[in-house]
Amino acid sequence: MSKQNSSNKISRRSFLKGMGSGILSTATLTTGGLLSKEAAARILGPEGEAIRGRTTITLTVNGRAHRLAVEPRTTLLSALRDRLNLTGPKEGCDRGHCGACTVLMDGKAVLACMTLAVDARGKTITTVEGLAKGDELSPVQKAFVEKDGLMCGFCTPGLVVAATALLQENPNPTLDDIKEGLAGNLCRCGTYPKVFEAVQTAAKSMRKGG
Amino acid sequence: MAGWKSLKDMTVLSKPLPRLDGPDKVAGQAKYTHDMHPKGLLYAGLLVSPHPAARVVKIDASKVRRLPGVKAVLTDVHPTGTVRYAGEEIAAVAATSPEVLEDALELFEVEYETLPFVADIDSAMQENAPRVFANRPNIRDPRVRGEGDVDAGFARADAVVEGEYRTQVQTHSTLETHGSMVYWEGDELVIYDSTQAVHGVREGVAKFLDMPVNKVRVVCKHMGAGFGSKLQPGRYTAIAARLAKETGAPVKLMLTRKQDFLGGGNRPNSISHVKLAATKDGKLTAFYAKTYGTAGIGTNAGIRLPFIYTIPNWKHEHYDVFTNAGPARAFRAPGCPQASFVMEQLMDELAEKLNMDPLEFRLKNDSNATRQKEWRLGAKKFGWQRRHKKPGADTGRYKRGMGLAASIWWPGGRGTKATMTIYPDGTLDVKCGTQDIGTGTRTYMAMVAAEELDIPMKRIRPMLGDSNFPKSGASGGSTTTPSVGPAIKNTSERAKTKLMDLAAQFLGVPATDLAWDSGTVYMKTNPVKKLTWDELCQLLGTETLEVHGQWVEGLSSRGVAGCQFAEVTVDTWTGQIQVNKIVAVADCGLILNRLTTESQVNGAILQGISYALLEERHMDPETGTMVNANYGDYKILGAKETPAIEVIFYDEPERGVIGIGEPPTIPTNAAIANAVYNATGVRMYELPMTPDRVLTALEAHQFAGKED
Repeated sequence: MSKQNSSNKISRRSFLKGMGSGILSTATLTTGGLLSKEAAARILGPEGEAIRGRTTITLTVNGRAHRLAVEPRTTLLSALRDRLNLTGPKEGCDRGHCGACTVLMDGKAVLACMTLAVDARGKTITTVEGLAKGDELSPVQKAFVEKDGLMCGFCTPGLVVAATALLQENPNPTLDDIKEGLAGNLCRCGTYPKVFEAVQTAAKSMRKGG
Repeated sequence: MAGWKSLKDMTVLSKPLPRLDGPDKVAGQAKYTHDMHPKGLLYAGLLVSPHPAARVVKIDASKVRRLPGVKAVLTDVHPTGTVRYAGEEIAAVAATSPEVLEDALELFEVEYETLPFVADIDSAMQENAPRVFANRPNIRDPRVRGEGDVDAGFARADAVVEGEYRTQVQTHSTLETHGSMVYWEGDELVIYDSTQAVHGVREGVAKFLDMPVNKVRVVCKHMGAGFGSKLQPGRYTAIAARLAKETGAPVKLMLTRKQDFLGGGNRPNSISHVKLAATKDGKLTAFYAKTYGTAGIGTNAGIRLPFIYTIPNWKHEHYDVFTNAGPARAFRAPGCPQASFVMEQLMDELAEKLNMDPLEFRLKNDSNATRQKEWRLGAKKFGWQRRHKKPGADTGRYKRGMGLAASIWWPGGRGTKATMTIYPDGTLDVKCGTQDIGTGTRTYMAMVAAEELDIPMKRIRPMLGDSNFPKSGASGGSTTTPSVGPAIKNTSERAKTKLMDLAAQFLGVPATDLAWDSGTVYMKTNPVKKLTWDELCQLLGTETLEVHGQWVEGLSSRGVAGCQFAEVTVDTWTGQIQVNKIVAVADCGLILNRLTTESQVNGAILQGISYALLEERHMDPETGTMVNANYGDYKILGAKETPAIEVIFYDEPERGVIGIGEPPTIPTNAAIANAVYNATGVRMYELPMTPDRVLTALEAHQFAGKED
């Protein structure tokens, strides 16, 4: 029987976020065996201020500019959900596996949980909340409702955004293109057959100019 | 009490209607527990044990408490201080932001005295294995069931097959993890919970916190799926409530993805030693099974053998085995997917020995009249006659095969209450304390009322997911629709009666002289004397009409059959199994909404494929913890693995409402396994049928062939 302590372990989250932003904390650098404690402290300051500090940034989301305070490690997902109360994008895994947090950044589908808020400065972000025009759902949204491309609906915002990006790139996708395009979005309820129908329906209606 | 209208008279029910909450869900406006963000919200999290067995010696939270932004810390959340699986709650903290929470959880210093453990069933069953519970052996006393004389049954058989089959532990892995957002209003507690049972959580949390039930309210308007893992109240809810009490602020506590994998529930594994026999004319004579399963530190790891078949002599001994792993919870058709894997493969083996077609063999031994028709219907639609008569007939790298398997479930309705509030402007609310777990409950509540009252759907606001609404049970066991559907119908009928009484008073005639048609009340003897729905409701003046109703006998029934056919291609070089097509025949009595019902069947099949080919909890024997507790390493079926699915509904509207959530997930794995055998001539005795297992089996087979 051994006695063990567990504390102060560097988490994957701070490590990843440090790596993603190009900013590393003292702990990350030393725990990861990359640098000596002294060298890390010289770069980051003894408390790792470079990652712990707060900064105010402007994010353009759904056509509106928002000023908000974030930390360098704050993900775009957390900025949207916890600061701006845009809770359409969901956190399913917090490590880029499930796609529930998918948003458009400069028109491309990105995973908001794997994007740092500070890296989204100067970009145009569209969340699922920004796809409808007023009360008028987008063709993709309408098709998801009509074909029942959702059950519990938790993955739906991510799938709707991913499908929107897919159709922007490829307005006339085959079934295999659709499967490939949505391969990064996990739906535990298993709505895929209806989602495929929805994307095909949306593609058709968008080609007609709907 | 009137029964359901006939299918041909229905104008709303049994049609394929899009779900009413669809627009909110596709627009990102549907608020889940995870999305609740009231002003002043604190973010709470759990520190969980990294050890599968340990005594907590000391928890030092002084550094946590000193961190700016930390508002409350609890170090007494573990009930005993003895940890029995990696992932058990040790401490909790509430902080002003997700970042502070993250930092705070890293500052706990916990001293553990680690203890010996058994993280998997095989080590737990060894002699002298460490005990999960000091005062109890790991292998529990058996549960023995059966009938007839098994020895005599085997003695008179012409063919016997036997073998050992294994299925894996599967985790529910709902996309929204377990969790709650809670706040206090004075001495009353409001809980937003991701749950399948608002009333059950209310009662459970009241008990945890030793407070009156009527001071607890549980709300769940939308939830990110459960599959059985969210039927019970969570300790995290009570922890959040304590943190909220201490801070006077709303608190949100969602499990992390990893915590959810470790402690959020799972389907037990199974090890089955089985033997099945039949006479040469294809009648089953005897079955024997000795099975083991682990529900971690929990119980009920049973497997429902002998599955669907009528066997005059059978015996099943089952042993639950404790392991240092998270407790199992009900998972979509508990005990049944395991049983189909075992029994349907045994049936195929025996059919082959008897030189009989698997379908023909089943028709001889399946006593369910509905399934007799479904087997034939499905076989025809699927093209069963195209199946290779000889297994492994395709030459070359890719081999195609076909298989089939049966389904069963015993759902049924039960006590559910509902209220209808009718307003003078002709709109109405239907309230029921049930939940919509993605199954379309909200939508068919409105559909039932619209059908019964003959009024447009848009007049009706269906309301659910609130423990302040009339009581309904947990959304589990495929019981929701047969419980809620009849309750709404009954409430609608009572509303109709009350409105007719009002009309009778107004017209000065006895209510018996009046009739209801297309939302209009008219005099039977003089049909021009009538009141439209709007006029009826205007009679209420400034009042509302409140009507209470409940589940009644005669509108639902229990028991479904069903069967599935699978076509697969096996890549004999890589061991990859590709499912090309599934044809499913499903029955569930009167289908309330054809569109959402089809979605449920699709989803059940896809979870079945995922179970068959991909999902498996891996416990590390060295650390005793789950090594693949994330969506990257725990593989779940995605878009690319989704095959063509054809769902054929076998309508039996005369039976009333039944329920379909679970049964179609049962046969899929076995239909695939039988198809793999038909493709390759190699039988898979273990789930999931991953490429490594397939290659190993193919190689063993090839090697055995050369030795002959």
